[in-house]
Amino acid sequence: MTEIQSPLPGTFYQKPSPEEPPFKSEGDAVTLGDVIGLVEVMKTFIQVQAEADGIFVKYVAEDASPIMAGDVLAEMK
Amino acid sequence: MTFEIVKPGLATTVQDLGRPGYFHLGIPEGGAMDRLALRAANLLVGNDEGAAGLEAVFMGPEIRFGADMSVAITGAELPVLLDGDTRETWTTFDVKAGQTLSFGFLKEGARIYIAFSGGIDTPLALGSRATYAIGALGGFEGRPLAAGDKLPVGQGAIVAEGRTVPDALRRGPGKPADLRVLPGLYWHRLTEKSQNAFFDDDWKVAPEADRMGYRFRGGQPMEFVDRPQPFGAGSDPSNIVDGCYSYGSIQVPGGLEPIVLHRDAVSGGGYFTLGAIISADMDLIGQLQPNSAVKFRRVNMEQALAARAERKKTLVQIRQVLG
Repeated sequence: MTEIQSPLPGTFYQKPSPEEPPFKSEGDAVTLGDVIGLVEVMKTFIQVQAEADGIFVKYVAEDASPIMAGDVLAEMK
Repeated sequence: MTFEIVKPGLATTVQDLGRPGYFHLGIPEGGAMDRLALRAANLLVGNDEGAAGLEAVFMGPEIRFGADMSVAITGAELPVLLDGDTRETWTTFDVKAGQTLSFGFLKEGARIYIAFSGGIDTPLALGSRATYAIGALGGFEGRPLAAGDKLPVGQGAIVAEGRTVPDALRRGPGKPADLRVLPGLYWHRLTEKSQNAFFDDDWKVAPEADRMGYRFRGGQPMEFVDRPQPFGAGSDPSNIVDGCYSYGSIQVPGGLEPIVLHRDAVSGGGYFTLGAIISADMDLIGQLQPNSAVKFRRVNMEQALAARAERKKTLVQIRQVLG
């Protein structure tokens, strides 16, 4: 199991916009560099990218929730 | 001498102590959000306190050195790695040409300051190297750094490794952070209930907080004393006839979310300001993460001046330790 951590504090989003589905769902293939979520801080959205290839397991951080740097956002294997 | 930006981080800028003297023309003082941390970083590497270094917020940059020099990192607690090996914050260390500086995940605080012996030697703009990004002024091409930028460093001597600022002299915000406020010109515009609520309520840093202003939310909406709005002030009771803002002043647009104006703030406008954060606590704001808890504490002028003197004493002590 690989944990994807947030590189910075802010607000975490699982979706590219409120009307769209989450970036990844359980069982999706993940490739190095795939965007799995967004962190909003200082009026900027920063993409969180996978740092390895694998299979997406689940989001750990809730959509639109406040997070700290280093918090686990999602798990993959 | 140079160093190269391999990865810029979120918003990494060249900063010194700023460019006072132009605020009346709409150009903010700018400079480090945590001035004491920048001063300490410079002292650690043998620079003048006002030399230019890097300010990085929430995320560290990755830097490759083009020459041997001394480096120190102060401010937030962000694990420091030189070619993958741990280095201490608030402590001087040597780097060699070709080595790479990188950082782990933020642990405490919000902004780090990286000082290089000799100081960053970008051109002066109105007497300062501070980056004012909105005005595209100063720093490196007037903007946050990007991958591939090569920054010039002045001639400096390598200083002894291991020089350090003692823990007791590294002041960070508490939990909650206590920010001391001196009520100001428009304090009388708030009802007594709202005046009390401002200090009693629990506030949190909003994610929009940046170098221009720190916004807070979580407290009750403010109520204003009834008055016929003066000509030119507009109809919202949080509006005034345009006036000057000060560094540290607290405006509350619509009476909803207080905004503390910081280093890159606008110099005037039409919002009432209920008071100001005292100068001694402005550095602490620069170290607040989004969503961190804040309490505003009321002080009078005597207490504000005593706090300023206390803050100056800390700086004198740091100078003595590193002198």
